[in-house]
Amino acid sequence: MRLRILQVLILCVLVGLWYILTKPGLIPPFYFEQDNRAAFFFGEPQKVLDVIVNWFVTGDIFVHLGVTLLETALGFVIGAVFGLGIGLWLALSPTASAVMDPYIKGFNSMPRVVLAPIFAVWFGLGIWSKVALGVTLVFFVVFFNVYQGVREVSPTLIANARMLGASRHQLLRSIYLPSAMSWVFASLHNAVGLAFVGAVVGEYLGSARGVGYLILQAEGTFDVNTVFAGIIVLTVCALLLDAAVGAVEGHLMTWQPRASETEKV
Amino acid sequence: MSSVPALALEDVTCRFAGRDGGPSYTAVANSTLRVAEGEFVSVVGPTGCGKSTLLNVAAGLLAPSSGAVNIFGERLVASQGVNRRAGYMFQADALMPWRTGIDNVIAGLDFRGVPRAEARQRGEEWLRRVGLAGFGDRYPHQMSGGMRKRLALAQTLITRPDILLMDEPFSALDVQTRQLMENELLALWAEDRKSVLFITHDLEEAIALSDRVVVLSAGPGTHPIGDFRIDLPRPRDVSEIRMTPAFLALHREIWGAMKEEVLKAYERQRAA
Repeated sequence: MRLRILQVLILCVLVGLWYILTKPGLIPPFYFEQDNRAAFFFGEPQKVLDVIVNWFVTGDIFVHLGVTLLETALGFVIGAVFGLGIGLWLALSPTASAVMDPYIKGFNSMPRVVLAPIFAVWFGLGIWSKVALGVTLVFFVVFFNVYQGVREVSPTLIANARMLGASRHQLLRSIYLPSAMSWVFASLHNAVGLAFVGAVVGEYLGSARGVGYLILQAEGTFDVNTVFAGIIVLTVCALLLDAAVGAVEGHLMTWQPRASETEKV
Repeated sequence: MSSVPALALEDVTCRFAGRDGGPSYTAVANSTLRVAEGEFVSVVGPTGCGKSTLLNVAAGLLAPSSGAVNIFGERLVASQGVNRRAGYMFQADALMPWRTGIDNVIAGLDFRGVPRAEARQRGEEWLRRVGLAGFGDRYPHQMSGGMRKRLALAQTLITRPDILLMDEPFSALDVQTRQLMENELLALWAEDRKSVLFITHDLEEAIALSDRVVVLSAGPGTHPIGDFRIDLPRPRDVSEIRMTPAFLALHREIWGAMKEEVLKAYERQRAA
């Protein structure tokens, strides 16, 4: 509780500072020559709030937010599924992994955001070019974690399951997958953020809908308040998605010991 | 007892390739070891002498470089799968941390496709037998070391293996818990007398539990150097039997054979 109060306090101080430093005429300008310049560059909190409230009251934001979230969700799910599948495959087949190694390393080192314009050419300006970018970002995070997770499975655990009569398929299902899951969930928190980056950067480079598009439009007219409003809406959405992943994780990973847990007999 | 041994390692040699093309290491050399049906055999030897290697060969987890493994007269080929008639209790913790106690116990039934309701019923039964009734819904990390060992014992025994392979299963436990577990193991074993190959570095444990104790030489090139019949009366209480003159005489005799090998292994480790 104390923690929450402190957290809210920090937010209040930051917003308060923002307000005091940008409100024209409130304090004498000490950096810019005119007193409305700070507001021009940094926006004003109450106007940003106005924009957000207006978006939700009129419902203008929903179509854009819906598109961005759809792109994020698709990028996230497709990237995660491919990462999981290919991660499992390469981790369990040493030959394939040795063959693919330089390509995986190459694709991972490549600054993949530069692929965005190419995807726009390949998949058009609709949602799929954004999804494709999200997939390339999400895939590697999940892939490397699954790969590592499977490699770290204790050999004793595998030997034990084999002695208990597990077939190859059963080994995969009851040993490798659950064992890799803790690594996967650690990566999914990152992956949600990256899927979001993919969607917004894609929209930024060319689109007719989406929160990234709204931000781009606002920048074109030097409407800083709307830019900040867009950023805040995106941040809140990203936090909500992360919380959702956390909730699923908490539900699926009940078996993991927690540091605070001292229940023992 | 039938004349065909339950488990027979015939002239087994295990060589491991050296690191970076270095000289290969012979862990086990020309070892022959037989366990009759219903016999409890312990294998003792100095640390690092390849005891676990022998057990992995018997389990079919490791193919010997040469020699043969016969299970009730049938040749075991490691590349075609593990020893189906054996249960293996590992030295390290081998429970699945993401499964509750009961789900760990019934894993073997699960893999064999036993219907869930029946598996659970048998699982509860085994939990009771190893003294864990009511703890089935706990995860391994919520249990103590002794409870985890009991769980592992139930997990191994529930599939009713004809041969039980045990690799220093109680070495991580404190002395009191360990003697309790040894007594429980003997009680469970007495119910249906399966063949047991029990690996330990503790000679007292070996004598207290077994019908026969096999002493291994120090590595490399480990092989049996002594074979002692333990004709102490059963049922035994492992903490009491240690005080009897017959036990002490056996201990002295076997230790005489072992001592030199233990010292050899110690010297070798110090030199390395």
